[in-house]
Amino acid sequence: MSVAVHPNPSHGPQGAAVETEHGHEHDNGSLYVLGFWLFIIQDLILFSCLFATYLVMQGRTAGGPTPKELFDVPGFSWETFLLLTSSFTCGLATFQLRRGKAASTIGWLVVTVLLGLGFVGLEANEFVTNALEGATMQRSGFLSAFYTLVGTHGCHVSLGIGWVILLMIQLARRGVTPVTFRKVFIWSIYWHFLDIVWVFIYTAVYLNGLAR
Amino acid sequence: MLEQVKDFASHFFVTGDPLIYGADVSIVVVSLAIIFVLTYFKRWGWLWREWLTTVDHKRIGIMYLIAALLMLFRGGVDGLLMRTQLALPNLHFLEAEHYDQIFTTHGTIMILFMAMPFIFALFNIVVPLQIGARDVAFPYLNAISFWLFFFGALLLNISFVIGGSPDAGWVSYPPLAELGFDPGPGENFYLLAILISGIGSVATGINFMATILKMRAPGMTLMRMPMFTWSVLVTSMIIIFAFPALTVALALLFIDRLVGAHFFTLTGGGDPMQFVNLFWIWGHPEVYIVILPAFGVFSEVVATFSRKRLFGYSAMVASLVLIGIVSYLVWVHHFFTMGASADVNTFFAIASMVIAIPTGVKIFNWLFTMYKGRIRMTMPMLWTIAFVPCFAIGGATGVMLAVAPADYQYHNSYFLIAHFHQVLIGGVVFGMLAGMYYWWPKMFGFKLDERIGRWAFWFFNIGFYVCFMPQYALGFMGMTRRMYTYPEGLGWGPLNFISTIGAYMMGIGFIILVWDIVYSIRYGERDLTGDPWDGRTLEWSLPSPAPHYNFARIPVVTGRDAWWIMKYQMKPEERPDLGPIRPIHMPKNSGRPFIMGVAFFVSGFGFVFNWFVPAIAGLVVVVLCLILRSFEYDAEYYIPVHEIEETEAALGRL
Repeated sequence: MSVAVHPNPSHGPQGAAVETEHGHEHDNGSLYVLGFWLFIIQDLILFSCLFATYLVMQGRTAGGPTPKELFDVPGFSWETFLLLTSSFTCGLATFQLRRGKAASTIGWLVVTVLLGLGFVGLEANEFVTNALEGATMQRSGFLSAFYTLVGTHGCHVSLGIGWVILLMIQLARRGVTPVTFRKVFIWSIYWHFLDIVWVFIYTAVYLNGLAR
Repeated sequence: MLEQVKDFASHFFVTGDPLIYGADVSIVVVSLAIIFVLTYFKRWGWLWREWLTTVDHKRIGIMYLIAALLMLFRGGVDGLLMRTQLALPNLHFLEAEHYDQIFTTHGTIMILFMAMPFIFALFNIVVPLQIGARDVAFPYLNAISFWLFFFGALLLNISFVIGGSPDAGWVSYPPLAELGFDPGPGENFYLLAILISGIGSVATGINFMATILKMRAPGMTLMRMPMFTWSVLVTSMIIIFAFPALTVALALLFIDRLVGAHFFTLTGGGDPMQFVNLFWIWGHPEVYIVILPAFGVFSEVVATFSRKRLFGYSAMVASLVLIGIVSYLVWVHHFFTMGASADVNTFFAIASMVIAIPTGVKIFNWLFTMYKGRIRMTMPMLWTIAFVPCFAIGGATGVMLAVAPADYQYHNSYFLIAHFHQVLIGGVVFGMLAGMYYWWPKMFGFKLDERIGRWAFWFFNIGFYVCFMPQYALGFMGMTRRMYTYPEGLGWGPLNFISTIGAYMMGIGFIILVWDIVYSIRYGERDLTGDPWDGRTLEWSLPSPAPHYNFARIPVVTGRDAWWIMKYQMKPEERPDLGPIRPIHMPKNSGRPFIMGVAFFVSGFGFVFNWFVPAIAGLVVVVLCLILRSFEYDAEYYIPVHEIEETEAALGRL
């Protein structure tokens, strides 16, 4: 299906100054995009606090497993590979979205979701394997902080998967309209943000843990 | 079976204290009375349509205001109970455990469920009107914020009669707040209530930042914004940057308690000081979150009632922003005694003192605004003038506390108690009351009575000094905070007794204030002009109360104090042509924010008692609400032109 190309909402008409046509600003995509960036800022601070807590806690193993003993290099490397690739396919979806192609947008989003599911599956597997070996959250301060930080990121990814499935249904029903464009665009900001957070987890948690 | 029910009930309901039985009875009676009145006058539909489902910022603001006043009452009663207990040595009016619960709920309620909704009330009522907008950026989210706050507050308040109140202090430090030392649901109530309302607070911060950045009327540049709006912008920034730290601190403590993790425990590699740091990384910016809007109110009030433009506008903006930034660099001054190195303590001591500079700039600018002005001593102005010396003393004792070596003496003594009550009451409460009196006619269309208001003002003001000045001395004499009784012979008795008298004077002041509201509903001077104070900013260009779409035509702003310019400086032919009235695009009401609040409440209540069925069920309903919202494509409607014209004509504006 072909729909007219829609401008990037973040570069759309700015604010209320041009707005008296309809008397209300709510169909202004840039407002939503700004609001979502502000949400990202607060989420970033939330993760920063979790990172800070993890860095304080990483040496506090209380006689339990240390990061070096725990971390499985192939496991977290595959997780990283899947998630970074999903960010690339998410970019391809946005590219098709800009061209107004609903079907191929949905196609790339499906690929993104599958990669995301692979990531979540590997992470769940990592957690369960660790826990069965006795490395549970209750074992030490280090493990409490590890599961909370990485688990919070994993919850974000899972939520993102559920969210984009809702958006794919809307895209399929309505095609690319200013509203669906804005919704998918905002979701893509979220997805890339989670990717960046993962890069920090990869370095500050996994690589740093192996180097200690 | 019956035995089991009895056993359950004796743990589920708080038992054994006559005060609490009294509260049980009053809660049941008041609830029945509300249900009866709503049913008898057939007002259930009205309540649902006009209030519970509203997304109108003005109504949400009014609901915040009512909640804040109710919480001021509850927190105030807690305060009076504490002062009664401390009036004389060796009193046993309250048991030690009950006293612990009361100082915990007093602090928690006053900061999170009184000061926060009070500032949000003014955000909501004033900001869209001041910037010439028809609503906030995200009205639906705004309603969600309110209901999360409301049901969070409800969750904390029912702990009083169900399950037991939290008792680890409003800061809830581990290891005391960990499961091992504080079993029972009380602490869970505290954690979940604040986590739930905290989501709403962050959403409010995002909402108002987006509103102010994107929805100002044409011509209103940042440096033409009214000072209250500036204070809300900076406050919103602090909220966005600070609240996540509180969320993390409380969530980690909750994980410790729920599943036995080791973040803040003494065993298993936990570190209690990590909680203390996270808590105050939010906690110190939080005091600026509540004080900056009060500063904004004072700026509006001083300019209006001196009939002068605000002195030093740019310096006022700069000092707001500077306070906002430095507020992040001072958190360690809450625990200089942690044992950090001298270098660390020095940094935080100096940063704390630096805050006094922009604050001093603001105080002097208010004084210079009054200088040679035509001052009218109205109620808002009285509260503002009372604020100046009160805050100056509080600020000076704050600088004393910021001197790290000396703080080892003052730490956790009544000197500290007197200091922060002086800045929080003298700053925030005075500011919010000034704002309430100032914008009351805009909210309800009538003024509050000045004569009764003055009685309330003087009782509250004199009572404040009588209550808290002795506490500075008590702190020097060695009395520490949170002690529930003290022996004779230390010489603390007389000062404590005087302090209690002051507390009761403040209580009387509050009752007179409530009487002022009740009296004025009936007899208050009606505001027919929409501009009862001869105001300077755009909200006074509208009728009182404003129609639900606020502006029939969005005004064009040509300078600071936009309404003053339109009234006095602009010739009629210079006025910009706003064109004809056009249909107005408005958000539809929705019951979902309310339902989400209820669902969060059910979920939170489940987690408090580790009942996972309601806990999960509540969250499922929340997710369902989110999904339904995602598929909602007709959440807005147009008000037709003839309807706007009829409304405006009825208001005498056409």
